[in-house]
Amino acid sequence: MLDMDFVHLATFLRWIESKALDLGDRMQKGYKRIWSSGDLGLYLLWLIMHLIVSIWYFAVDLVNSLESYLISSGFMKQYKDLDISKVRYLAVVLDSEEALDTMKVLELLRWLTVMGLRNVCLYDPEGVLKRSKDALSLWLRSEGANGDALVKQKYLNLEVISFTDGKHAVAKAANFLLKKHYVNADAEVPELTESDMADALAEIGYAAPEPDLMLIYGPVRCHLGFPAWRLRYTEIVHMGPLKSMKYGALIKAIRRYTMVRQNYGT
Amino acid sequence: MEKQSSSVVVRLLGSLVGYMRRFLFRFLSVGPIPRHMAFILDGNRRYARKWKMDDRMGYKVGFLALMRLMRCCHELGVKYITVYVFSIENFKRRPEEVQTVMELMLEKIEGLIKEEGILNQYGVRVEFAGNLKLLSEPVRIAAEKAMRVTAHNKSLVLVVAVAYTSTDEMAQAAQECCRDKADRGSQQQQLVELADVERHMYMAVAPDPEILLRTSGEKRLSNFLLWQTSNSVLYSPAALWPEVGLRHLVWAVLNFQRVQPYLHKRRNHLYLSTQQ
Repeated sequence: MLDMDFVHLATFLRWIESKALDLGDRMQKGYKRIWSSGDLGLYLLWLIMHLIVSIWYFAVDLVNSLESYLISSGFMKQYKDLDISKVRYLAVVLDSEEALDTMKVLELLRWLTVMGLRNVCLYDPEGVLKRSKDALSLWLRSEGANGDALVKQKYLNLEVISFTDGKHAVAKAANFLLKKHYVNADAEVPELTESDMADALAEIGYAAPEPDLMLIYGPVRCHLGFPAWRLRYTEIVHMGPLKSMKYGALIKAIRRYTMVRQNYGT
Repeated sequence: MEKQSSSVVVRLLGSLVGYMRRFLFRFLSVGPIPRHMAFILDGNRRYARKWKMDDRMGYKVGFLALMRLMRCCHELGVKYITVYVFSIENFKRRPEEVQTVMELMLEKIEGLIKEEGILNQYGVRVEFAGNLKLLSEPVRIAAEKAMRVTAHNKSLVLVVAVAYTSTDEMAQAAQECCRDKADRGSQQQQLVELADVERHMYMAVAPDPEILLRTSGEKRLSNFLLWQTSNSVLYSPAALWPEVGLRHLVWAVLNFQRVQPYLHKRRNHLYLSTQQ
């Protein structure tokens, strides 16, 4: 018990130290900027503006937390019926540093399984999740085996990808097309179309479904390099940092998606 | 007498607003300003329906909003603006609608490239990104003329994405890479590298955008800049495109400034990983 407390204390002190160093760095940069622009007044105005924005987001977070609590406690009746069949393929984009917290990722996958989702694609730019994929699959399967008969049937098809499955895959597909159509210089070269590209990607092992919905767990609403070929009409929702993820927020995001009607350009 | 005094008041008011805007941009500039902003101009037809106008009027009001935003971006110090005007998917709309948009585009391009037009006044260079072969002859010729006539301008680059989709862009880039390598024609196998693909993209005329703003509250990219937005903040205000204004721009830039250190770090990581 004492050991755990000590570990917690040490972690907390380290966190404080890193925040203090960050603040010190920022202040140093700020001073440099003031001396170079020579206008303390402008800098203060800018800081105040950002402070107001931060207060706004703090208030928004509070309201969202309350709403998530109400949703997951079942107080909001409209969230009880969820047509999960509309989400055929879900993508989850994680910031690589946050993805290191494998237990949180597992908890998220558990929530998705409970909600009835069967096909999930996990993405992080640096491939952290690829390293923990085996552990995740093992845990999920063991939970399925230990649970009752109903839970046993709920297996998740998990796809784990990283940045190299995006842009680099397109370059590889281009090489494939080069060998296929251009190596024999005498043969007539056809106009390459999008379907040729899609076929090439499939041939080299990068054929995968396009997600209907993408949830981003990270500090920024940014897809961090998810394979471009699969993002055409994906609905993108930012969920905030992984460490503060909430079940209610997840339900809300998925329900919102099921109410959206797409035009597809026409 | 009355008309004169009221026009003086209007002018004073205009100058005051302009002064306040410039002051706002001055202290926004204390933080990092995005070099490239991209916009999806969504909601012109919905705006027209909302105000009981026909679609053509909706597009015209949308064009005015674009000019307004372009002026603000220029004052703020943004160097590149990309606008998604017409997707390859939009060719599937009713022929009258496609015709309306094409006619309007032709009219606006010709108006803009005049000597006294806004492009030369602000020093804006125009680039057209997309599969221009899919456009009708008059529009394509006007687009090529616009690029030629404004090539010497240096203040701001306006990239107009017309007959564009990201997947088409990637396929075309792959095709150009293959042609390039095949033309080099040597015995040894030339490999297509990632840098080759990036060089042949339609959007190679501009760096990756820092912010992508899509109006009408839609939360998808609809086949726009899927390749280039690996490190971009995606922002979806609920306003329709013709309603977009200074406040949306300021809010987008403030949000960008909050997360810029994180994105900068990510960009460096990406750069290092592509070098390997």
